[in-house]
Amino acid sequence: MQRMKTNKNFKSNLITYGIVIVAFAIAQTLQSTGNLSSLMKGLLVPICVYVILAVSLNLVVGISGELSLGHAGFMCVGAFFSAFFSKCMVDVIPISGLRFFFAVLVGAAGAAVFGVLIGIPVLRLRGDYLAIVTLAFGEIIKNVINVFYIGRDSNGFHFSMKDQFSLGMEPDGVMLLSGPQGITGITRDSSFLAGVILILITLFIVLNLIDSRDGRAIKSIRDNRIAAESIGINITKYKLMAFTVSAALAGMAGALYSHNLATLQASKFNFNTSILALVFVVLGGIGNIRGSVIAAVVLTALPELLRGLADYRMLIYAIVLIVMMLFNWAPKALEWRERYLGRIFRKSAKEGK
Amino acid sequence: MKKFIKLASLACASAMVLSTTAFAEGETFKIGSIGPVTGPAAAYGTAVMNAAQIAVDEINEAGGINGVQVEFNPQDDEHDAEKAINAYNTLKDWGMQVLLGTVTSAPCIAVEAEAVNDNMFLLTPSATAIESISGENAFRVCFADPTQGTESAKYIGEHALGEKVAVIYDSSDPYSSGIYGAFQAEAANQPFEIVAAEAFTADSKTDFSVQLQKAKDAEADLVFLPFYYNEASLVLKQAADMGFTPTWFGVDGMDGILSVEGFDTSLAEGVILLTPFSASAEDEKTQNFVAKYQEQFGEVPNQFGADAYDGVYILKAALEAANATPDMDANTLCDLLKASMQEITFDGITGTGITWGADGEPIKAPIVVVIKDGAYEFM
Repeated sequence: MQRMKTNKNFKSNLITYGIVIVAFAIAQTLQSTGNLSSLMKGLLVPICVYVILAVSLNLVVGISGELSLGHAGFMCVGAFFSAFFSKCMVDVIPISGLRFFFAVLVGAAGAAVFGVLIGIPVLRLRGDYLAIVTLAFGEIIKNVINVFYIGRDSNGFHFSMKDQFSLGMEPDGVMLLSGPQGITGITRDSSFLAGVILILITLFIVLNLIDSRDGRAIKSIRDNRIAAESIGINITKYKLMAFTVSAALAGMAGALYSHNLATLQASKFNFNTSILALVFVVLGGIGNIRGSVIAAVVLTALPELLRGLADYRMLIYAIVLIVMMLFNWAPKALEWRERYLGRIFRKSAKEGK
Repeated sequence: MKKFIKLASLACASAMVLSTTAFAEGETFKIGSIGPVTGPAAAYGTAVMNAAQIAVDEINEAGGINGVQVEFNPQDDEHDAEKAINAYNTLKDWGMQVLLGTVTSAPCIAVEAEAVNDNMFLLTPSATAIESISGENAFRVCFADPTQGTESAKYIGEHALGEKVAVIYDSSDPYSSGIYGAFQAEAANQPFEIVAAEAFTADSKTDFSVQLQKAKDAEADLVFLPFYYNEASLVLKQAADMGFTPTWFGVDGMDGILSVEGFDTSLAEGVILLTPFSASAEDEKTQNFVAKYQEQFGEVPNQFGADAYDGVYILKAALEAANATPDMDANTLCDLLKASMQEITFDGITGTGITWGADGEPIKAPIVVVIKDGAYEFM
């Protein structure tokens, strides 16, 4: 019985990896044959960013059962740490791929540190405290970055919390981070290939964590905290594990994001971005990793593909959200899906035998 | 369900029909534009798109550029760098040949990084950050942030408008803090002294009593306000309430203060501002533009609109000087326009005798106006 279950999980995971790889192959073929529009080409990396963000948030919301409303904050930390690193190291490491690899590590590590710092006090609490604290964290980190001014000249680094001019730099100095104007002139190291590799790494980490002994402990806390505690599961430890991994992955998404644009401002990572990630998770299915991937792809591409409708596009986007929600969660829709789609799948399963 | 699918396919089909254009390739000049039409900065983007549309309609009525009609395609970027790139790529798919935009600074930096790779000609009407036109392909209609700060400081110094100057600025806004930075640097060379520099942020822009009190305590006789008119109207109101009456000095963002709803314009009497555009100027071009804008959109245009209106005409002048034809691709046009932009001298509603250097910055004299009897008066 146990073996059959792992087998089934394994198969389902393989399908998830397969979807990503096939999508990558299709996009690459289209691109090399020149059939991909500029818009779609430009969308490839942002789609990867939001897929990673959605999967990482699903780990907290779906698997560990806590509500995080400040996931954009971790993305913000990852984006700024990695972009800052790349700005400093652009002369030291000239190879773009290698530099980006280290930048992603720095971004993920930075976000993980913040994840631990927030998780230690808050994950001991019950109820909705995590939601409140992460909400505050997302706003605070944005404002903290907005007051930092960091520059570098021949004498080394200069640092101020007032403005650019109190740094007192030599004429050869360059601004690395200038408060609300953020970081500009970031090298474009992100690519679709890098994005897909990061998605696969994210999926590998999250799916394996879910199926592991630790993952079952995390899920048991979600389902019944008292029962889990009674059999000796260290609740804070496992919650913290899920939360930190999720934060690190969001940091990775941030690194991918920041190296795709020439400019980075903290104001991008506001409450709306956190909620957007939550929308991906909820519409894709809470706890359903493959659903998060699909929802993130569809909902990122949709508003851009609807540009032809001009002023109506946001209206239609909203309607699609509602329709998707009904399709996924309404009892009647579930029944309908069971009756029609279920029949098709069962048939194909039979034929497969 | 069948009905629903039918409806859906009908909607898709009509969307495709709507998005295909009426002209064939190579028969028109395709000008794209990017700016925030929704979101927090929508007021600026809308002003630009409206004014640019007026200019394009005028040009088409008068026979086009070199006898060729112009197509104009505005795209929304929600004041977000990522969305701006998507808008830019959409315009590229549409066949854009020149870009008028983007409207706001940060998205413009991101778009410029793309445009410089594609060698796409970019003329921004209103993005004021220095990095917004970092490449050789980019030019600008308005002054850059530092230029405004420097010019303001010089003007105050040369005309001895004040001895003790206080500055209130928005530290979360690159525009405002950029101007303040240059103002402060130039102030060292001028005969006045900065006695107070107080910041506010986008999250706390309704109550200015602390900043005003500090300026008052420092006995400032002139207060420099490098930010937008909505906040400026609150500053003037709150200063009047506490009986603080220094000379007020604003920059181009102050333009529009007379049309703020519910604002007692008598409070703005005597405000001095550096602006490229005055809706009450009496020359024929301005009058024509203001009348058309009011007729179509029901409000007095501000400097954003004026910059965009001039921007379209600058494109026209540069395209004509380069003898451009609509069958050229964006790459060829960009090379031609880079050269012709440095040759033309442009007279518009935001200045006369404007020329451009290789760095893309406009060379024009700043216009200083004072508000008198509810209207601008040139100083």
